[in-house]
Amino acid sequence: MIKIENLHKKFGKNVVLSGLDLEIKNGGIFAILGPNGSGKTTLIKSILGMVVPNSGQIYLNGATIKNGWKYRKQIDYLPQIANFPGNLKVKELIRMIKDLRQMPSNEEELITQFKLEPFLDKKLSTLSGGTKQKVNIVLSFMFESPLLILDEPTTGLDPAALINLKKLIMQEKEKGKTILITSHIMQFVAEIADEIVYLLEGKIYFKGSIEELMTKTQQTDLEHAIAAIATTPTHV
Amino acid sequence: MKLVSLFILILSLFQGVSQEPKRVTVCETCELKSISEAIEIAADHDTIVVKKGTYKEFNILVDKPLTIIGENYPVIDGEDKGEIIRIVSDNVTIDGLFIINVGTSYTSDYAAIRVVKSEHFVIQNVVLEKLFFGIYLEKSNYGKVYHNKIIGDAVDEYNSGNGIQLWYSKHVEVEKNIVQHVRDGIYLEFSDDITIKENTSTDNLRYGLHFMFSNNDVYLNNVFENNGAGVAVMFSKRIKMIGNTFRKNWGTAAFGMLLKEINDAEISGNTFEENTIGINIEGSNRIAYKNNNFIKNGWAIKVLGACYTNTFSQNNFLYNSFDISYNSKLNDNVFDQNYWSDYTGYDLDKNGIGDVPYRPVKLFSYIVNKTPETIVLLRSLFMDIIDFSEKVSPVFTPDDLLDANPLMKKVL
Amino acid sequence: MFKILKYSFYDLIRSRWSYVYFLFYLLLGFVLLFLNNDVSKAVITLMNIIIILVPLIGTIFGVMYFYNSKEFTELLLAQPIKRSSIFLGQYLGVAGSLSLSLVLGLGIPFVLYGIFKSDAIFDFSLLLVTGAFLTMIFTALSFNISISNENKIKGFGYAVLLWLFMAVIYDGLFLMSLIVFKEYPLDSFSLVATMFNPIDLSRTLILLKLDISALLGYTGAVFKQFFGTNTGLFVSLGTLLLWTVLPIWRLTRISKKKDF
Repeated sequence: MIKIENLHKKFGKNVVLSGLDLEIKNGGIFAILGPNGSGKTTLIKSILGMVVPNSGQIYLNGATIKNGWKYRKQIDYLPQIANFPGNLKVKELIRMIKDLRQMPSNEEELITQFKLEPFLDKKLSTLSGGTKQKVNIVLSFMFESPLLILDEPTTGLDPAALINLKKLIMQEKEKGKTILITSHIMQFVAEIADEIVYLLEGKIYFKGSIEELMTKTQQTDLEHAIAAIATTPTHV
Repeated sequence: MKLVSLFILILSLFQGVSQEPKRVTVCETCELKSISEAIEIAADHDTIVVKKGTYKEFNILVDKPLTIIGENYPVIDGEDKGEIIRIVSDNVTIDGLFIINVGTSYTSDYAAIRVVKSEHFVIQNVVLEKLFFGIYLEKSNYGKVYHNKIIGDAVDEYNSGNGIQLWYSKHVEVEKNIVQHVRDGIYLEFSDDITIKENTSTDNLRYGLHFMFSNNDVYLNNVFENNGAGVAVMFSKRIKMIGNTFRKNWGTAAFGMLLKEINDAEISGNTFEENTIGINIEGSNRIAYKNNNFIKNGWAIKVLGACYTNTFSQNNFLYNSFDISYNSKLNDNVFDQNYWSDYTGYDLDKNGIGDVPYRPVKLFSYIVNKTPETIVLLRSLFMDIIDFSEKVSPVFTPDDLLDANPLMKKVL
Repeated sequence: MFKILKYSFYDLIRSRWSYVYFLFYLLLGFVLLFLNNDVSKAVITLMNIIIILVPLIGTIFGVMYFYNSKEFTELLLAQPIKRSSIFLGQYLGVAGSLSLSLVLGLGIPFVLYGIFKSDAIFDFSLLLVTGAFLTMIFTALSFNISISNENKIKGFGYAVLLWLFMAVIYDGLFLMSLIVFKEYPLDSFSLVATMFNPIDLSRTLILLKLDISALLGYTGAVFKQFFGTNTGLFVSLGTLLLWTVLPIWRLTRISKKKDF
């Protein structure tokens, strides 16, 4: 699905990605983890084409994404910070995104699922953080793209919504989609992730299943394993 | 007085008895085929009727009091050989001729019709084309030049002549003529007590009207448009200029009117519209400017050199790029109760007069005088700012030059 | 691109500021015409307003919109849309709605007043055309500034500085250089210097109509050629177009390289 070769990215003098190589196969849930500033969001944004790498290549289904934009039809993205044009109403935003993408969508189902009906006619600037995140989720889950990228999807969600979200993610996985997730909630990661990609200092430090990670770090829970991983000398 | 008129009456009765004025007809198929021949056989006070046709003649000498009338505009073609009609007798009337192809010369001023040292002449309804000089009055008084049409084809100043020229002539009326495309439309030199009325002088190479050393003249209700340099009034005294229109005189040295060494004149009710300079004033004193309209000129009034005790009142200054320009800091002229479209003051006591004086001279006009290229910065915010600061405390412009009673409404 | 344009445009049309801007011009038009009852004077006053205020509004509005729609932009960036389309669409949305406010705001009172029957119609349409051009140019410039500056305050500062420079400082320097070098033939220089500032350029375009009498008073042959014929009009309009196209072109170029 995704193949990344020798990806470099600097912001000014600040090196964020330095020769990152990564291959992600079709299907399954991949959790991209790493300490703050390790380059998780930069990696995701590079895949989305929002960040232009200094060097290196990214391939999606074998084709380079450089200077392209049509490949984004295959990606649904949930941004980390759910900021929307405040002048628009929720309904209008959904209609607009649909209009822009011109794909079949199932937003009604999601709206009911997240109980967003009362907010449809409200302006986005009046919504609470959690509600905004729900809208955010609706927007990214309403299309059927083969690749789903979720940047901190749990932010601001109440428990009920969180359960809904997990259900949704699992459903999508069942459909055979590839899902990339970043999160700081290890419990959430442990529950849903098939594979862990651990980023450190702009490189992939570890890539493998949770079990592999635990055996490698000789820890019993993910949280500790992740904390220990940086100190473990061997890596992939 | 009574005795004199009685004498004239008797004289005319006597003439009537002795010699009935007769009509002499000239036509292409008549016995008389040329005007010259007709003049030769005609007696004093006869009328020569010229029928429609083409007469190739020049140097026609009118040496006796005659009336020469053209019927349906007979053409007199000078074939560029020289002067066409020369009048050397009093009481001559020329009416309704179409004169073309006056000879061009660098040594003598050939004219279509020249009047020399004669009085009581009338030249009317004449059409002149392809001419050098048109109607030339030389030391001739008490005449009338009425309703003629002079259409030249002048290209260069050095080989073109003037439409109507008066030289040492007095008490002449020049009225309702149309003059176009000659060097100076109407030219006066050493000619006093002339009335120039309701003429239209346009598209001339140099001046629409040109005065030199002529005093006590009146010109009113004329139209001067698109002349090379406008109208020039120079070295003359007691001229009255009333109700004329000066329009669209554009160019480097173009103005609606140039006043040079003019004293004691009256300029009122004129309209100066879209000229590069409305009135260019040099060394002219004691002139009253009243009820004039200055509309959309580059400079409404440009004052150069010493001009003293002139008064400007009840004039409208509308949308000129510059209202007044001075090249010195001295001011001895009075501006009072004019309407200025640029005036931004207020009238709290509602008496129709602005409560704040208006300063018609802008610093920018001073700068443009010094560095002409700066004209491209006209109406820029920067210029507005420095104009404003100059307005607050005048440094470069005469600080006593202001209209203390600017009107709030246009003078009608 | 047209979809983005549509949404930006709708977004702006519904924002308070567009109305304020529109109503301002509407009011201005009515006050100038119906209180003064003098079209020529109204046109002159409008000219002063247009060459100063329109660039300022274009600049500030452009910067404000750009920074405020950062989220919108990011949302769009993840969508299958060409980058240049996003920015062009937003740019055209802002420039379009501003121009529309200007043209309608001033146009309505003038039409009601009967501009079509007046001979000032040409002056007036020229004013609106230059106003629209200035809006396009300064919005494009402000977009350029904001896309190159992450920091909102800095971007805002640069934008206001740009306006101040173009509206006032440039002319001050221009005037000074003309006075200092007045011994030399300056007419070509002064025309070229005019071309390098869109505000001066627009002003010149309007001067061609309002002050042609004064402009023709200058002796230089280049001036005569420029102001006396249609050359001035065409050259100015052409350069204004260039001023519009160049910043837009740079905007699309930068937008391709920028990280979000």
